[in-house]
Amino acid sequence: MQPIKFSPTHRLQWEEAQQKYVILYPEGMVELNQSSAEILLCCDGNRNLAQIVNELEQKFATTGLTNDITAFLEVALQNGWIQQ
Amino acid sequence: MVGSNNNPDAKAFRITPPRWLLAELTYACPLQCPYCSNPVDYAKYPSELSTDDWKRVLTEARKMGAVQLGFSGGEPLTRKDLVELVKHARELGYYSNLITSGYGLTEEKIIQLKEAGLDHIQVSIQASTQELNDHIAGTTSFHHKKEVAHLVKKHGYPMVLCVVIHRENIHQMPQILAMAEELGADYLELANTQYYGWAHTNRDLLLPTKAQFEQAEQIAQAFKEKVAGKMKIYYVVPDYYEDRPKACMNGWGTTFLTIAPDGVALPCHSARDLPGLDCPNVNDYGIQEIWRDSKAFNFFRGFEWMKEPCRSCDEKEKDFGGCRCQAYLLTGDMYMADPVCSKSPEHAVIQQAIDSAGANASLATNEKPLVFRNSKNSKAMSLVDGKGV
Ligand code: SF4
Ligand code: SF4
Repeated sequence: MQPIKFSPTHRLQWEEAQQKYVILYPEGMVELNQSSAEILLCCDGNRNLAQIVNELEQKFATTGLTNDITAFLEVALQNGWIQQ
Repeated sequence: MVGSNNNPDAKAFRITPPRWLLAELTYACPLQCPYCSNPVDYAKYPSELSTDDWKRVLTEARKMGAVQLGFSGGEPLTRKDLVELVKHARELGYYSNLITSGYGLTEEKIIQLKEAGLDHIQVSIQASTQELNDHIAGTTSFHHKKEVAHLVKKHGYPMVLCVVIHRENIHQMPQILAMAEELGADYLELANTQYYGWAHTNRDLLLPTKAQFEQAEQIAQAFKEKVAGKMKIYYVVPDYYEDRPKACMNGWGTTFLTIAPDGVALPCHSARDLPGLDCPNVNDYGIQEIWRDSKAFNFFRGFEWMKEPCRSCDEKEKDFGGCRCQAYLLTGDMYMADPVCSKSPEHAVIQQAIDSAGANASLATNEKPLVFRNSKNSKAMSLVDGKGV
């Protein structure tokens, strides 16, 4: 499995005024909920899907996140937020 | 969002913070586009904010929550402090955009701006051929613009190409799209001309016919599907051919803050033409005070200012009654429904404009020439009182 990397032509950033993470790109901004932000923060170009799942399951002391994370990353890929 | 709260008292609205800041650094521009959205009488406002003033404006707006930042003009590259302002913006955490004609942009400058933290560059091209581009721009610029587009891409910026569409270039739609593909645009903005400022002055010569528009839209739509996933298309519709107005500015004083070159703060970039707004200047007030308390920014917040048919209309939360500047420009009454709306009692002015443009379509260019945007023409139009047309 390939490592996943956040897009170099988008920016993921914490917005103090909105108290949330946002994705910034030309002419647009997407506001993220906490779980989406957690997933994208893991997309640092070093970890692949299995490693991201593993990490988040450990972090939140839970299991069975594979489907949710996979579904979200597919959306993220379609939108150009991440690269594989 | 303010628009979702149907409270009769504008003051009781929860005022949302600005998200987008448009910094119009200067009215100076080497190009002369006859559709330019700058005020026709811009020559009346020659003063420009200093570097320190701009830095303060950026800092204060960012503190309130503004995050998308456009450096525009005129041609922002004519400001010597552009790199310094970009750097300041990056330190504050803005996502910043340079909206440029590309004129005067060298590879060295592109690198400097990148190092200063600029996020993207939006290059405008006037047409797909040199002859037409240079004619519309009023300046020889076509080859340089294409070169700039390549350099923008080469240096890792998302490449945003902007083409303003009107009667003189609408027939080139297929070639314009091919050019965007060839240049490797990541985003293509196809902006049908909005008829304010210079475009309003030249409307008879710029407004396409409905048939032209529909054909161009079909071509653009097919292209959009073809390049889905590779290129993102922003298509700005020509509202004269719609029956509902655009939700102008996402609601007055909810999202957008424009600062004109002389420091006047505007709820939309044409608002300086509206009577009695007393738009405040950043030399006199802080951004927070301007946004929250000024007369201008509260003028059309909410719904209480509306007249019929908007006041009792069930669509008012969708379009906020349309554009105030268009209502004023076309009906003389800034409280009116945007005349683009088919429910507006003044809707007939739109058909008149379309007919008038149609009647002028066969005129030779020497019979009714385009009025190019330059200081000579602006000075002449500053002498005409009122709307400057
Ligand atoms: S529209 Fe044309 S003339 Fe107006 S500021 Fe932009 S490049 Fe200059
Ligand atoms: S009447 Fe006013 S609020 Fe209703 S759709 Fe038309 S412009 Fe919008």
